[in-house]
Amino acid sequence: MTEQNDGQRFDRLPETPDERTVEGRASREEVVDYFADRFAIPPETFDDYTFWEKGAGKIWIYAGEAETPLEIEAIGMTCLRTRQEHWKPTTDFAQRFGREATECVIELDREQARAFATGEDQELEWWDGDWGYLIGAHRIAGELEPLGVGLYVHGELRSMVPKGRQREL
Amino acid sequence: MEPFERYRPIVDDFEAFLAACERPLGNAVRVNTIKASVERTLETLDEDGVAYEQADWNPRVLRLETDSPGSTWTSFHGFTHGQEEVSAVPPVVLDPQPGERVWDCCAAPGGKATQIAALMDDRGTVVANDNNLGRISALRFNAERLGATNLAVTVDDARNYSLKRFPFDEFDRTLVDAPCSCEGTIRKNPDALDNWSEGHISSIAGIQKGILRRAIQATREGGTVVYSTCTFAPEENEAVVQHALEAESCRVVDFDIGLEHSPGLTEWKDETFDESLERAIRIYPHQNDTGGFFVAKLEVTAE
Ligand SMILES: C[S@@+](CC[C@H](N)C(=O)[O-])C[C@H]1O[C@@H](n2cnc3c(N)ncnc32)[C@H](O)[C@@H]1O
Repeated sequence: MTEQNDGQRFDRLPETPDERTVEGRASREEVVDYFADRFAIPPETFDDYTFWEKGAGKIWIYAGEAETPLEIEAIGMTCLRTRQEHWKPTTDFAQRFGREATECVIELDREQARAFATGEDQELEWWDGDWGYLIGAHRIAGELEPLGVGLYVHGELRSMVPKGRQREL
Repeated sequence: MEPFERYRPIVDDFEAFLAACERPLGNAVRVNTIKASVERTLETLDEDGVAYEQADWNPRVLRLETDSPGSTWTSFHGFTHGQEEVSAVPPVVLDPQPGERVWDCCAAPGGKATQIAALMDDRGTVVANDNNLGRISALRFNAERLGATNLAVTVDDARNYSLKRFPFDEFDRTLVDAPCSCEGTIRKNPDALDNWSEGHISSIAGIQKGILRRAIQATREGGTVVYSTCTFAPEENEAVVQHALEAESCRVVDFDIGLEHSPGLTEWKDETFDESLERAIRIYPHQNDTGGFFVAKLEVTAE
């Protein structure tokens, strides 16, 4: 474990923690397990994807071809923030893959969804599931659709929708 | 509109053309099938009370009747992306397939790159390149919002692009949506002609030729290169393709698109172009009530 994370390039995540050569780097197994344990997203969902780190703790999910390491602007999308106590999925990941999630998904009504999309925090005392990062979702055209990621603590859901993605609806 | 006088000899019903150029353009969006089917998108718009009209030539292109297409649920969820109707033509002509390697060499802000990803069911590789770092951030934002996971983004000059960093050394298809004088966007940007000059056109044409040549070189034999601009100037369209025909191994091929259009030109001023340039298309604003576009489809041939 002598190598350091290089913030300028993409490195493919090692398969398992045993194959880790860079300190603190998450493995593919840990990432897929996290999505399964926290949100019950089936691990097979990610069979055709690779996971990469660029910038400390920033994990990217990619469906295309590439060799590691890679010095380029971006591949696929950022999906997860690691190297902190509570890992945090991105809003764009939640929108793209959150339909596969069945746990830690908080269903919001239209008004609550609107507040969530504008980036507001709201009191939602009725939630009796886990605290921490949840996927906010609402029902549109007959199906539940993920809105993004929220942080639930002390009866309050804090929208984590980034500024540029917030919308007045 | 003064510069457009030079197109009087080549545009049918020139007065209708000028009149259309004066009219502002409505709001068009493309359905992003990476995130939702056309059916689900239309249902969501219905629930929202947003009226729309589906384009005849492409069910994924919608004309919305709203002043703020960005503040609909379909936009927040990335089911739709604001994109001018004719700007959705080049990726359809490129016809990328799931699993292929595709290069979008002038890709920012990414309307077409994400459309290419969607046409590939987000499988395979789309290398989205642009030499303008500022515009690249808009491309990345759009790609993530639309959930495209098969994009690899690079910032380079397309004219001497290197594939060294990739585990393959040629592309199956390449889109050259070239920088241009943008005459065809006049309905969206009324000041599009403010810096118009023939000198400007000829300097852009030089860049376009360099980019198109590199695109052909980087594409495999039998592969497809689509060259498009949103301008009318033949110097930036037929003359650029003519240059590629002379300098590289390729030919112009036919394609169908269910939009009214005119054939590419075989002469302009004292220049003549290969007859196959009639297979390229010119879309004028009055033909389908859209912006203007030029599209040519090339097949890369043996040397
Ligand atoms: C017509 S715009 C592309 C629009 C884009 N295809 C879309 O659909 O969103 C042309 C782009 O070419 C880029 N460009 C100009 N010269 C270039 C060069 N030499 N190499 C690569 N990109 C270039 C510009 O920065 C600009 O973003």
